[in-house]
Amino acid sequence: MADGSGIAATMTSPGAGRVPMGMMQRFLQRRSTVAFLLCLPLIALIAGFVIYPAFYAIYLSMLNKKMTTFVGFGNFAFLLKRHTFQLVIFQSCLFAVTAVVLKAILGFILAHLMHNIPGGNQKIWRGLLLVPWVIPLALSTLTWWWMFDPSYSAFNWILNQFGLENVPWLGVGWIARICTITVNVWFGTPFFMIMYLAALKSVPEQLYEAAAIDGANAVQKLFFVTLPMMRNIISITVLFSLIVTFADFDIVRILTGGGPQDMTHVFATYAFQVGIQSGDIPLGAADSLFMFPILAFAAFFVLRGVTQRTKEIAT
Amino acid sequence: MSATTHGTNSLHRQRMWALWGSYAALAVFVIIFLVPPFYTIITSLKSSAEISAQDGSPWMVKHPSLENFWYLITYSNFQTYYLNSVMITAVTVVVSMVISVLAAFSLSRMGFWGSGVLSTGVFLTYLVPPSLLFIPLFQIVGSLGLINSVWCLILLYPTLAVPFCTWIMIGYFSSIPKELDEAALIDGANYLQILTKIFIPVAMPGIIAATIFAFTVAWGAFLYPLAYLYTSNQMVLTVGIISDLIRGDVFQWGKIMAACLLASLPPIVIYAFLMDYYVAGLTAGATKG
Repeated sequence: MADGSGIAATMTSPGAGRVPMGMMQRFLQRRSTVAFLLCLPLIALIAGFVIYPAFYAIYLSMLNKKMTTFVGFGNFAFLLKRHTFQLVIFQSCLFAVTAVVLKAILGFILAHLMHNIPGGNQKIWRGLLLVPWVIPLALSTLTWWWMFDPSYSAFNWILNQFGLENVPWLGVGWIARICTITVNVWFGTPFFMIMYLAALKSVPEQLYEAAAIDGANAVQKLFFVTLPMMRNIISITVLFSLIVTFADFDIVRILTGGGPQDMTHVFATYAFQVGIQSGDIPLGAADSLFMFPILAFAAFFVLRGVTQRTKEIAT
Repeated sequence: MSATTHGTNSLHRQRMWALWGSYAALAVFVIIFLVPPFYTIITSLKSSAEISAQDGSPWMVKHPSLENFWYLITYSNFQTYYLNSVMITAVTVVVSMVISVLAAFSLSRMGFWGSGVLSTGVFLTYLVPPSLLFIPLFQIVGSLGLINSVWCLILLYPTLAVPFCTWIMIGYFSSIPKELDEAALIDGANYLQILTKIFIPVAMPGIIAATIFAFTVAWGAFLYPLAYLYTSNQMVLTVGIISDLIRGDVFQWGKIMAACLLASLPPIVIYAFLMDYYVAGLTAGATKG
């Protein structure tokens, strides 16, 4: 940036009796060159640690375990035939879809409740409700683990008070699946609430007044005013959360480690187990890459939604 | 006449019901959402003896003591984790912010061939989750000789923070009127001066929001440290707590919970003081600013 003053000078007083500069110097002082140089760290970072690893992952996934021979799509075919991996596909989809739907519904309800109360109080309630989102997920999941503990479980104690049997929270497949989803919903709902609340606030009050004059009831207002106005934000939030939830690692890793009998493994935790713990790097890379189509699909629509919304705000 | 007053009355009553109903429902949600943090605090105050006795309600603490906290504060491993976390987070935040502010300034104002594509690329990179690329990165980090070194995290964390920070900074910078920097240019300011004297001060809310985001990402990251670090002198809080305080089947829950509490403290404090910026950063993801 040391040559910044030179650019400003050439732009404001072009050729006002200045000594002609050398080609290289002139090139370096061009506006677009400076702009490019400012972006260089960003480009280097993305190229080095995102784009290169992405292609490297494809290469790795086509090697054998010792990484000596090229096996083509052998790893992918091997994974697809493996029962554990079929479970992983099912569980990842179950985990992501169920959690996102629940978060969206709860977030929507919470945003509406929040919208009902006066502005001054909103801050306090919002502050309390956002706490799950603020605590690092890896740490709060430890607390959940402790609450699900079978021997001295906080939840089982409550059940016992009502005369109910102990539940083996993380010991039985389907219950463990529900537990992982619960933790994710607990963690992610505040994010949905905040996004929907921002969207609700951007709906002009006149629209509701006009609807009221036309005799619309609360349900009709919801379906014909609120939802159409929020459509864009809802889809962006849902798709974004779908990406994050689908690729989630922390919750399953800490809570169950994939068990019991691999019935809670998702793509990320399975890739970790296969690739890092068992040392089969190519198989782990192949496992991770299975996430790519779904992530790319969601990312495409998020981007489209965001671009549309930016245009809407601009006009 | 009476019909209208009756009408407004019932409308008023309806509003009141809606208001109190909302408060009641919100209270229920708040209680449910705050159960885990509450339980963390309760457990952290219990001695190991009280936890292993397993009598009475686990939701109450009979003999509150700070022995778990004292143990952790004087425990050299825990001090190392904390220092490592602080160091890595600080470097990540500074590096990420420098990279993103420079790039955002360039992308929002100056532009060059391909800068539009780059902006879109930045947003798409933000959508790449860490769990997609951690295996090739493991190989790359290994070939750089940085496995089990805090430096690998310093190298990799910016990839998680920079895209989003750049994206929201582009939004904030674009909202600054062009007349402002044109006036500065005419007055003979150079680009460095425009950036430091105009853009950064005007876009301060955005910078704070982006800084908070970078901090949260670096402080709470779990997958990379778990995959790339394995000795306790290099570990950070998120993985150190798990690998250190859980020995085989022995869970020192009181200490684990106290450690969680101490480790969650910095994000919570920042959040408590800068909530508005925090929320602005959250919602900025969906729009450019």
